[in-house]
Amino acid sequence: MSGLLHPVLSNADLLGLFAHFLVLSLLAIGGAITTAPDMHRYVVDEHHWISDAQFSASIAIAQAAPGPNVLFVAVIGWNVAGPIGAVATMAGTLLPSTALTLLATRWGQRRRDTRFVRAFKTGLTPLTIGLLVATGWVLARPYVAVDARGLGAIALIAVSVALMLRTRISPMWLVALGAAAGALGWA
Amino acid sequence: MTAPVDGVSAGGVGSAQERPGPTSNSDLFFTFNRLALQGFGGVLAVAQRELVERKGWLSREEFVEMLALSQVLPGPNVINLGLMLGDRFFGLKGAFAAVAGMLAVPLVIVLLLTAAYAEFSRLAFVSGALRGMGAVAAGLIIATAIRLMTTLGSNRLGPPLAAAFAVLTFATIVWLRWPLLWVVAGLGTTAVAIAYARTP
Repeated sequence: MSGLLHPVLSNADLLGLFAHFLVLSLLAIGGAITTAPDMHRYVVDEHHWISDAQFSASIAIAQAAPGPNVLFVAVIGWNVAGPIGAVATMAGTLLPSTALTLLATRWGQRRRDTRFVRAFKTGLTPLTIGLLVATGWVLARPYVAVDARGLGAIALIAVSVALMLRTRISPMWLVALGAAAGALGWA
Repeated sequence: MTAPVDGVSAGGVGSAQERPGPTSNSDLFFTFNRLALQGFGGVLAVAQRELVERKGWLSREEFVEMLALSQVLPGPNVINLGLMLGDRFFGLKGAFAAVAGMLAVPLVIVLLLTAAYAEFSRLAFVSGALRGMGAVAAGLIIATAIRLMTTLGSNRLGPPLAAAFAVLTFATIVWLRWPLLWVVAGLGTTAVAIAYARTP
């Protein structure tokens, strides 16, 4: 299985791929990752363009690489149809949400001193923090187990949290530490 | 290195005028490029550190508010955050400069890695390294959440109620596995309604 081999998609299929990600973009409340299950249904179960393992690896690679996690969308597109696939999925994911975000921000910025906009921000802030902890939890869950590697992973998570809170060390070094510990089989 | 910015600005009123901002669109581009390239396992933790603690472009309160909006609006959170911040300082061009900075180089890197991964994924140390990086990425997000919890103290809902909403959000997502849309529609509407009643 080579990364350079992908199924050849017809123009109609490419358009379908683009359109599907266009719709998912508007449903991606809480981040692009929340629509991953539906992307899986479309490209793996329904069209068999990539395998289950390729789908999971796409997300893991984007997590490990520097940059926003949304890049997993480009990796999926690339695995489905090469460069043009990456363009189709990324453009589909970014265009609608970008337009909506800019419109909504400008609307809100003009009314930022109104009672509603201030209450809106005040009310949603606690949800944001709960959501962040939940995201950390969901990301951590696959690594946590009661065996040597699982305990290593828990230690790694705890050390990352402590160093981030207590020091001004760049997160890059922590990720490098994680890569080294993982490569040695400790986590 | 800039001096640490005091995140607990009085009353959380933090007007943008008192803070330093980006000097140009290329400042935006390169700042976001820099933070994206440090963002292994996601950019949020680095974004908070760079934009709030180092650059001081946003107070902690402003960062949380912007993050809240970027989470409620559809689309990738940090991309939405970049759009909002860029737009606030330099309009449409600023918004695109921030997002282009965040995406351009990482996109090339991740696609190169994708091509390489197919060749090297059979090696145990490669998949092990991916695991270790994933665990650290989870830790970074948790640490960011803990640091931003301080903003609940100045929330107009009052700290106990604000904390209760944060815990309920966590519980409905992690244990009850509600779709996010329900959480926002249910808890979000309630929290905003209470906040509206308490906002002068």
